Amino acid sequence: MTEAIKRPARKNPQKRTVLPTLPPTSRSRKALGFTAAAAEGRFVLQVCEDCGAVTYPPREACPKCLAMDLAWKDMPEGGLLIAETTIRTSTNVYFRERTPWRSGTVALDAGITVLAHIHGDVAEDGRVRMIARTDKSGQGVLMALPEQETANMADDRQLRELTCDPKHRRVLITDGRTPLGQAMARAVSEAGAAVVFVGIAETWRPYAGADRLAAIPNVEIMALDVTDTISVDELAGEIGGRVDILINTAEHVRAGGVMDRDGIVTARDEMEVNYFGLMRLIQAFGPGMRFRGADGVNSACAWVNLLSVYALSNWPAYGSTSASQAAAYSLSQCLRGEFHSSGVKVVNAFFGPLEEDWRQQLPPPKVTPEGLAKAVVGALRQGLEDLAVGAVAEDFLVRWKEDPRVLERELTQSEGV
Amino acid sequence: MTANGTSVLATLAAAITSGSIRTVDLTHTLDPDFPVIILPPEFGQCARFRVEEVSRYDERGPAWYWRNFSCSEHTGTHFDAPVHWVSGKDLPNASVDSIPVEGFVRPVCVVDCSAESTADEDFLMTRDFLVAWEEEHGRIPEGCWVLMRTDWSKRSAAAYLNMREDGAHSPGPNADAIRFLVEERNIIGFGTETVGTDAGQATHLSPPYPAHYLLHGAGRYGLQCLANLDQLPPTGAVLICPPLKIKHGSGSPLRVLALVEETGA
Amino acid sequence: MAGRSASLRQAYDGVVAAVPITIPYERFSPEPAHWWIARALGSLVRGAKITPKDIDGFCVSSFTLFPDTAVGLTQHLGLTPRWLDHIPMGGASGVVGLRRAARAVQCGDADIVACVAGDANHVDSFRRMLSSFSRFAQDASYPYGSGGPNASFALMTDHYMKTYGAKREDLGKICVAQRENALSFPHALMKKPLTLEQYMSARPIADPIALFDCVMPCAGADAFLVMSEETAKDLGLPAVRILSTIERHNAFPDDPIQIRGGWEMDREELWSMAGVTPDDVDLLETYDDYPIISMMQFEDLGFCKKGEGAEFVRSHDLTNSGSFPHNTSGGQLSVGQAGASGGYLGMVEAMRQLTGSALGTQVEQAKIAVVSGFGMINYDRGLCSGAAVLAGAGT
Repeated sequence: MTEAIKRPARKNPQKRTVLPTLPPTSRSRKALGFTAAAAEGRFVLQVCEDCGAVTYPPREACPKCLAMDLAWKDMPEGGLLIAETTIRTSTNVYFRERTPWRSGTVALDAGITVLAHIHGDVAEDGRVRMIARTDKSGQGVLMALPEQETANMADDRQLRELTCDPKHRRVLITDGRTPLGQAMARAVSEAGAAVVFVGIAETWRPYAGADRLAAIPNVEIMALDVTDTISVDELAGEIGGRVDILINTAEHVRAGGVMDRDGIVTARDEMEVNYFGLMRLIQAFGPGMRFRGADGVNSACAWVNLLSVYALSNWPAYGSTSASQAAAYSLSQCLRGEFHSSGVKVVNAFFGPLEEDWRQQLPPPKVTPEGLAKAVVGALRQGLEDLAVGAVAEDFLVRWKEDPRVLERELTQSEGV
Repeated sequence: MTANGTSVLATLAAAITSGSIRTVDLTHTLDPDFPVIILPPEFGQCARFRVEEVSRYDERGPAWYWRNFSCSEHTGTHFDAPVHWVSGKDLPNASVDSIPVEGFVRPVCVVDCSAESTADEDFLMTRDFLVAWEEEHGRIPEGCWVLMRTDWSKRSAAAYLNMREDGAHSPGPNADAIRFLVEERNIIGFGTETVGTDAGQATHLSPPYPAHYLLHGAGRYGLQCLANLDQLPPTGAVLICPPLKIKHGSGSPLRVLALVEETGA
Repeated sequence: MAGRSASLRQAYDGVVAAVPITIPYERFSPEPAHWWIARALGSLVRGAKITPKDIDGFCVSSFTLFPDTAVGLTQHLGLTPRWLDHIPMGGASGVVGLRRAARAVQCGDADIVACVAGDANHVDSFRRMLSSFSRFAQDASYPYGSGGPNASFALMTDHYMKTYGAKREDLGKICVAQRENALSFPHALMKKPLTLEQYMSARPIADPIALFDCVMPCAGADAFLVMSEETAKDLGLPAVRILSTIERHNAFPDDPIQIRGGWEMDREELWSMAGVTPDDVDLLETYDDYPIISMMQFEDLGFCKKGEGAEFVRSHDLTNSGSFPHNTSGGQLSVGQAGASGGYLGMVEAMRQLTGSALGTQVEQAKIAVVSGFGMINYDRGLCSGAAVLAGAGT
């Protein structure tokens, strides 16, 4: 029976902050294939291309037929708990701080047995549903959940180590001037965030939806302009220690490529928001979040970047913006590395054309601001790090993973994806 | 040299030093939060004023503090050169680096429209209004600067730009007023407290943006985002407004000062 | 793959093991593994009244010798062997070391083989070992609570208990009996008696395993010599004969969880090659990092049927004067686990008992002993297993 997490009391200013520690971080190179899939919320195991055997832990050759071609494939979720233990003491500091810890052996429907974290509501010898997620060290791990949803299931202490639930947490949405920022504020508020800080740049300039935004429960409007270093630093000085989740909704998108544009002014605006804006936010808010990665129920837990799929492969119709998004994507990878010691997850949500002004002429299917917001909240609840939102993005990611060079040709040699 | 042999300049310098001539700062602080003019989103925008620290007595530079700044030629309190507008594009000596410097130190007339602008945010200063002003304060001298005082500089943030769904609402001159000043009084330049020399709704005037169109078409200059005009007498002050000497510059942010003689009365 | 007939495997005629050595264990010691192994080697040489030059075969097992292996030790300790082996098999190292050395001596590749196991125990030795134990442990076991072998065996214990209805009391009886055996063993680190009540109410470590189910990691070394029967006679050394041995790795890989060890695959050969039955055995030394695995060894070696381990324990007295002397020096659970030495502990104890030179309580009429080894939880199960049937001289 999982107890619902209560809204945490105000932090005691006399108490030292608990610093982040990590579960075991080392993995073999092959195991990183499992991790990459877990970051997307996919439970995969190696399957021999020759004899079809499913095998685990990750390895170099099939233990049945010695074939070298093992491919990661999605697995059915079901399993049975056949042995369990409650660990009371550990040589690893992270687990030592978190005992008692339930772990067990699961006989998977996929045909093999695995070691996994066990959710508190899983019955002794009960049926389970497996999930693969990244843990605080950023490595993929398996957890067995009860087969049927139970009350307050998301509040299980061990499961929360894998997720970034916005409930009771304080969220900063960096740009609330747009429909996207406003939809994000609404979605996060409805997900139970304790406070939703919403950044508004240039309060001397009106914007649509201002009244409705201010009326959303727990929203606090803050002055924030990601193109102004002083503005970003000032806000971080004010609320930096109280940001548990940062969602960067600031974007500057203009149609057009490079060669037929005149001058670099628009491109500079794109870089100023999409790349330097992100950089300013990282410098100002990153250190505080890194410090608070283990700071109780409302610890700092996630940094969300909203990236165009064209960050991965340039689309000349939006060629200049694509390049600035690519810069932002690279920066997000750096951020993942710099957050590694803290357990804060970098969440990259990739999406295709958004249903908004600057992509007005693009044909459907498009992602609505509400749809993107919903997907982000879902990803935070589940603890995902990489997600593709909408049909265009899902298709794009499939092609990009298959062969990015082929995708490049598709985008640059035809009318576009 | 005056008639009795004393140097005018020496007298002026002494008066400034003693304080009987006061130096008034008519400039807004260059600040990232200060509003700039907003154009339709498809057009290139006026860059905001931004600073990036290079070092601050730290490992980036132990004994010094300095920064890089960036902005548009039209950010904050700024000067418009004739080349800024299409009507002035072919004039000679029309950019900030080539304008004869004599135009930067001139007598200044301050026309008080503050009551009218408070009552009506879209107040348009007309030829008649200027004629009535002259009846009280005398003829506007040749080659002087004329500044339109509206006390708009006392507004801040959203009220300053005053943007609504149909654009900005702020006072300015109509076409006839400018024509009067340029053609009948031969002023060197015109300045305002708002973000432009034209009214917020000036796109609907004929010609659109008459201050820009007519001033710059005649090779005259503009000043915007002025402050403290309420500290100036209607006549008698001297305006100092040299822009940065930017190659082919269409304008620049600048320090605008006025010398005001204390009457002692 | 059908079991081979025992007659295809060569008997261990003419080979013996002698000079069982234990370097007294210490809970923590700053000395490195090299120091412990050197002391054991020195004791072997003095015990056999030979010189280091007479050692022409050398076999080492250690978890804490890095960055060295057996190779580095030859130069370090001044040996020039013509036969060298490094056996990384944890608790199976003693049995496997005996097998390797015996064959080398039999075919003349070496005359006197020193088999040594030794390990350091610094304050962080255990933690470091766990965190880089094996690739599979790193990828798929350690991340799940880092409970180490405690957690691995807890899972096995949980499953076994649920499957066969064994109770904690049954496992506790093994620990209590071993503690009684240890009280007379001078090198045991655990010196206080243990009651079943204390066992049952002990601090939980990883449910259902509690404090007295766990060994105490320590530093130490154990060793023995393997030579021809003739050489032993010439040197005047009491020795034991090897009636049979078995060895198996990664047995039953498709068992969902470990419920049996490799001994089950080869036990028929163990007994038919030895020419004795379980009833002929006077003492049994099992590898006991946790009592559950001792119970499995009772079953898988053939002392009782699978699933009847608990009943076997209930119906036998496992002390040195009882009906089934088991882990006669107290086993690792009471003596301590000095790393890979744990795999030698049972071997040297069996050798002492069979030569009438027990340091603690001597089992009466000890003629036949079985030594069983197990080890190396690579991921979720112990991969290595082995066993040897030994006989005293004149049997």
